[in-house]
Amino acid sequence: MNRENLIWLTLMLLGGGVLLVNAGVKYSQSGTVNGTVYVQEIVADTGPDTPPIVTYERTIASLRNEPGVSFSLSRTIGVWAAALCTLAVFSFLWGDNPLYKLAESVFVGVSAAYAMVVGFWTEIVQNLLGNLLPDLMRRTLLPGLQSTKTTEWEYIVPLILGVMMLWRLAPSGGWIARWPLAFFIGATAGIRLISYLESDFVQQINNTILPLVVLTADGTVDVWWSVKNVTIVFGVFVSLVYFFFSVEHTGTVGALARIGIWLLMITFGASFGYTVMGRVALLAARLEFLFDEWLWVIDPLQRRLGL
Amino acid sequence: MKRTVPLIIAATTGFVLIVAYFIPYTETWGETAMAWFNIIAAVAFVLGGFNLMKNQLQKISDRRPGWGYAAVTLLSFVITLFIGLAKVGVTPSTTYPEHPWAGSYDQEGAAFWWLYEYLFLPLSATMFAMLAFYIASAAFRAFRAKNVEAVILLITAFIVLLGRTYAGIWLTSWVDPLAARFESPVVSQFIVGLRLDRMTETIMNVFNLAGMRAITIGIALGVASTSLKVLLGVDRSYLGSGED
Repeated sequence: MNRENLIWLTLMLLGGGVLLVNAGVKYSQSGTVNGTVYVQEIVADTGPDTPPIVTYERTIASLRNEPGVSFSLSRTIGVWAAALCTLAVFSFLWGDNPLYKLAESVFVGVSAAYAMVVGFWTEIVQNLLGNLLPDLMRRTLLPGLQSTKTTEWEYIVPLILGVMMLWRLAPSGGWIARWPLAFFIGATAGIRLISYLESDFVQQINNTILPLVVLTADGTVDVWWSVKNVTIVFGVFVSLVYFFFSVEHTGTVGALARIGIWLLMITFGASFGYTVMGRVALLAARLEFLFDEWLWVIDPLQRRLGL
Repeated sequence: MKRTVPLIIAATTGFVLIVAYFIPYTETWGETAMAWFNIIAAVAFVLGGFNLMKNQLQKISDRRPGWGYAAVTLLSFVITLFIGLAKVGVTPSTTYPEHPWAGSYDQEGAAFWWLYEYLFLPLSATMFAMLAFYIASAAFRAFRAKNVEAVILLITAFIVLLGRTYAGIWLTSWVDPLAARFESPVVSQFIVGLRLDRMTETIMNVFNLAGMRAITIGIALGVASTSLKVLLGVDRSYLGSGED
């Protein structure tokens, strides 16, 4: 056995041992093992001719002896699967390994199918078939569709374009897929041209037109608000000067552009710090899941009081 | 036919959407075009899914290195797809109990919800969380205080990082009592502004705002010019090489 395998084996054994000890401690303390999920049964009466519909909502483990509350095997397996997937992805920090590759493969497959399923039910069924075959949809998948709704024939266009797009999978005639692609590109360009000019150009300039001297209600100068506004207006100006390459960056323009670079550096530094903190928050959320929902070591939301 | 028609389609669609913005009578055209856009985008996901299947099957049949993982990808894709399309475990909605297929595909407790909640969500969140380590390690290796610009960037990042933690607030907890000693509100406000959390706020709301605004204006101009190039047929890169 080489050194790497030995380390892996030791880690696995240690982890398994810790899990067993933790589960034993939790069982002796509360009579249930960590990571188990309990659900509350909700019965909806739907009338005399149809059987009642039973659904289940997650509830806190400390209510497990209440009426209508039962152990959920599928959700318990889910919590353990989620925890193992999380650990498998974290294992990449130590290096590329089969566990990570397995988790990655599952992720690729599930996420591709997830996007496809969501697109199918929300767009293809709801908007395409709902507009082209309203009667059939009303009888089967979309009973809530308006009874006055009739076939909207213009939706035959996205149907044809959609079929043309799928033509790309055919061995020949892949160029046919360019037509829907062209529609896609044209629509994106048309929408973006207007929306960007409106919200990111005109609106940003509008927001930058600020009073350089801010007065308070009693007529005195609010120094800090004035300084803030001057800094914003000057900051936008010098940053734009830096981006303006039609004039050589020498003399006054060069000096302003240099201040512009400094301001942009502050922006990049702030964006970097902000991004790192965002990722750290995500990391904290994953650790919280592991230690709270899975291992029951912490209880920040007090979901297991009395256990 | 292969190149001219797509150019006409792109230009017509784009200009219709632009015109629809300015003329109230044509507003519904824009809405219809957007609805078509969303439907074709959903079909693009279908295309992407089948393409993934095709590639994975190819990898498995060629016994290429890592074909076992391709099999796992394929299996998880097919299972998720079947569960999602067949609405496995979905109960009829309480509003329409006589329609067994009317329940929502992502209903709590259904198999597709399970896959989302216990596989997709933890995997994607952990993948993104891992970036915390990689961003930090890349920054540690790449950031060097070699010139004024780098120093400014480093100091700002350090302040923002510290200012958004309890450590930052604790480290500058001495500022408030110090500010209280000064009678002038301007001086007092200035000293309070030295607290790390307040400095972070100032950086984000003043300097970062100004810089981001300039960048956003630049991006808007870039997007507008690129869009015009596409609509006028100057940029035809999306049509590919024209070999097929």
